[in-house]
Amino acid sequence: MPSELKRQNFDPRPLRPSSTFPDHVLAEIHRAADQGVYEIRGFGAKRSIPTFDDLLFLGASMSRYPLEGYRERCDTNVVIGDRFAKRPLDLKIPITIAGMSFGALGANAKESIGLAATQMGTSTTTGDGGMTDEERLSSKTLIYQVLPSRYGLNPDDVRRADALEVVVGQGAKPGGGGMLLGQKITERVAGMRDLPVGIDQRSACRHPDWTGPDDLEIKVQELREITDWKIPILIKIGATRVQFDVALAIKAGADAIVLDGMQGGTAATQDVFIEHVGIPTLPAVRQAVDALVELDMHRKVQLIVSGGIRSGADVAKALALGADAVSIGSAAMVALGCNRPVYLEDYEKLGTLPGCCHHCHTGRCPVGITTQDPELEARLRPEQGSRWLRNYLSTMVLELQTLARACGKSHVQNLEPEDMVALTVEAAAMAKVPLAGTSWIPGA
Amino acid sequence: MQFDLATQSLREINAALHHSDREEGEEFVIAHPKGTHSVAVGLSDAINVTIDGHVGYYCAGMNKNASIHIAGNAGPGLAENMMSGRVVVDGNASQYAGASGHGGLLVIKGNTSSRCGISMKGINIVVGGSIGHFGAFMAQSGRLVVCGDCGGNLGDSIYEAHIFVRGEIDSLGSDCIEKEMTPDHKRELQNLLQNAGIHYSAAEFRRYGSERTLYNFNIDNADAI
Ligand code: SF4
Repeated sequence: MPSELKRQNFDPRPLRPSSTFPDHVLAEIHRAADQGVYEIRGFGAKRSIPTFDDLLFLGASMSRYPLEGYRERCDTNVVIGDRFAKRPLDLKIPITIAGMSFGALGANAKESIGLAATQMGTSTTTGDGGMTDEERLSSKTLIYQVLPSRYGLNPDDVRRADALEVVVGQGAKPGGGGMLLGQKITERVAGMRDLPVGIDQRSACRHPDWTGPDDLEIKVQELREITDWKIPILIKIGATRVQFDVALAIKAGADAIVLDGMQGGTAATQDVFIEHVGIPTLPAVRQAVDALVELDMHRKVQLIVSGGIRSGADVAKALALGADAVSIGSAAMVALGCNRPVYLEDYEKLGTLPGCCHHCHTGRCPVGITTQDPELEARLRPEQGSRWLRNYLSTMVLELQTLARACGKSHVQNLEPEDMVALTVEAAAMAKVPLAGTSWIPGA
Repeated sequence: MQFDLATQSLREINAALHHSDREEGEEFVIAHPKGTHSVAVGLSDAINVTIDGHVGYYCAGMNKNASIHIAGNAGPGLAENMMSGRVVVDGNASQYAGASGHGGLLVIKGNTSSRCGISMKGINIVVGGSIGHFGAFMAQSGRLVVCGDCGGNLGDSIYEAHIFVRGEIDSLGSDCIEKEMTPDHKRELQNLLQNAGIHYSAAEFRRYGSERTLYNFNIDNADAI
């Protein structure tokens, strides 16, 4: 009950808020009644779902021999895409940067990300809207997305990419296309997408030139022919029917699979999509690894997991479940200053507060990340942004190594499900690790 | 130079066509394609390639500068994401012909199937015969010319592309309407037909394009009443 009402001596009994209609539900109905259109917003799912926080590492014990603190060697490198490609990606850390478009993000944010990833020896990824020269120059290893919209897609950029990522789906909106609202379609963004300035731009939800897994296999072959079989081809799926999709991606000839859970962020999509479609990253990883193992492709076709990865602990748990690497998007933006308590008046103008902001779709990002407005964009200087992101990535790697050493692993990829237990029955069932203090794996 | 898919691998032929030493106007013939997929994809030099027979999926995909002549029929995804140059098919083409093409000229002398010109972004497509349903779906820019008839939902969710049709249309898609054919449009079309080597008069065609009602979300403001 709001405290000012308490002070006014209201009888609390009739003032009980409804669990069916809590404040945010009431507010959304009021907004819908005013506007007559669904809510479109950025960021990822806000509802509470099972996450990697529901898993714990057991660490070393009598039967497991730990490695020494932060000194003993614990390697972090990973090779992505050596199934067919002549030039697989050789990354120093198993944390990559997820696809985020120029258009959704400003040029300074893209440059910050490219510089930080290069310094850390990892990859960045383009997004809907094509590749910019700035991001190619700032990123040593750049993955070029082939999206349903095909905005900006061209053979020159295909050939100057270090890998291609055919995007079938995205965790925030599996089955849905993208959006970029008119306020973010500046002349440069419109030019890259061959669209009029200022329209609410829609990115298609399915590819224009293939419709099923058999077509996709031929499409992958075409991309390999165009690139002379040099660079890896990744297939990105939103987490839904994971076991089938992973098996079909393998059949289609993917060198690696990017699996995006429902916590994955977006620059702009219907809230109903973000909160109600797809499955969480935790069960998705397990299902993907099961499919890879079943087809004898685990560690041959690499699995990159994204969606709600925030810390070295999350990375360690994803790797322990069998992923080869992870990808971060929203967390990288937070490192760049997203939802940081600065420029408070600009959060207020958007009708939000630091900590609650999901207003990427407006183009009025208070901290200069998801904007094309030169004044706002100037708030994020690439030298500073890249340093923030580099420090954050370094911290994640240190945390990851700390946990791996505690479990006695000299390479982070040696982490395994047996190193973990679950805190809840749900997480135990989803991750297929025992409930803490028991040997019980529900459903096993 | 002569290639033969009966004796050489696709990889070998595409690699040779990609070779950086190619000279402008150099002539290549590919014999016995027998429905092979991804023939002559990703070409970037102004060379002339003749494919002597039928091809499978994605022939001439992402073509830039090259002139490719298919003396036969083509499978799905013909000249997908083409950037420039010229692709001519003597026979029919399957679905998604010219999908997301950014430029250049694609001529299909026969008929083509569904989703011809889907997501087109500047390519010019001239079809001598008829096309299937959802032609020019979400077409952004460029021109689709159909000398025969069109299936249902032509131009659904179209942006700024121009569609010219000589025959009958089963139905127009969302936000696609018939538009005035001005003298400028007639000139534009006549040039295109001539360039494609198709001998119809622009006066026989009608023009279709976007009503632009889907360009921005319709947000009511009931609170302001
Ligand atoms: S602070 Fe910027 S990047 Fe973060 S949610 Fe708000 S608008 Fe998006």
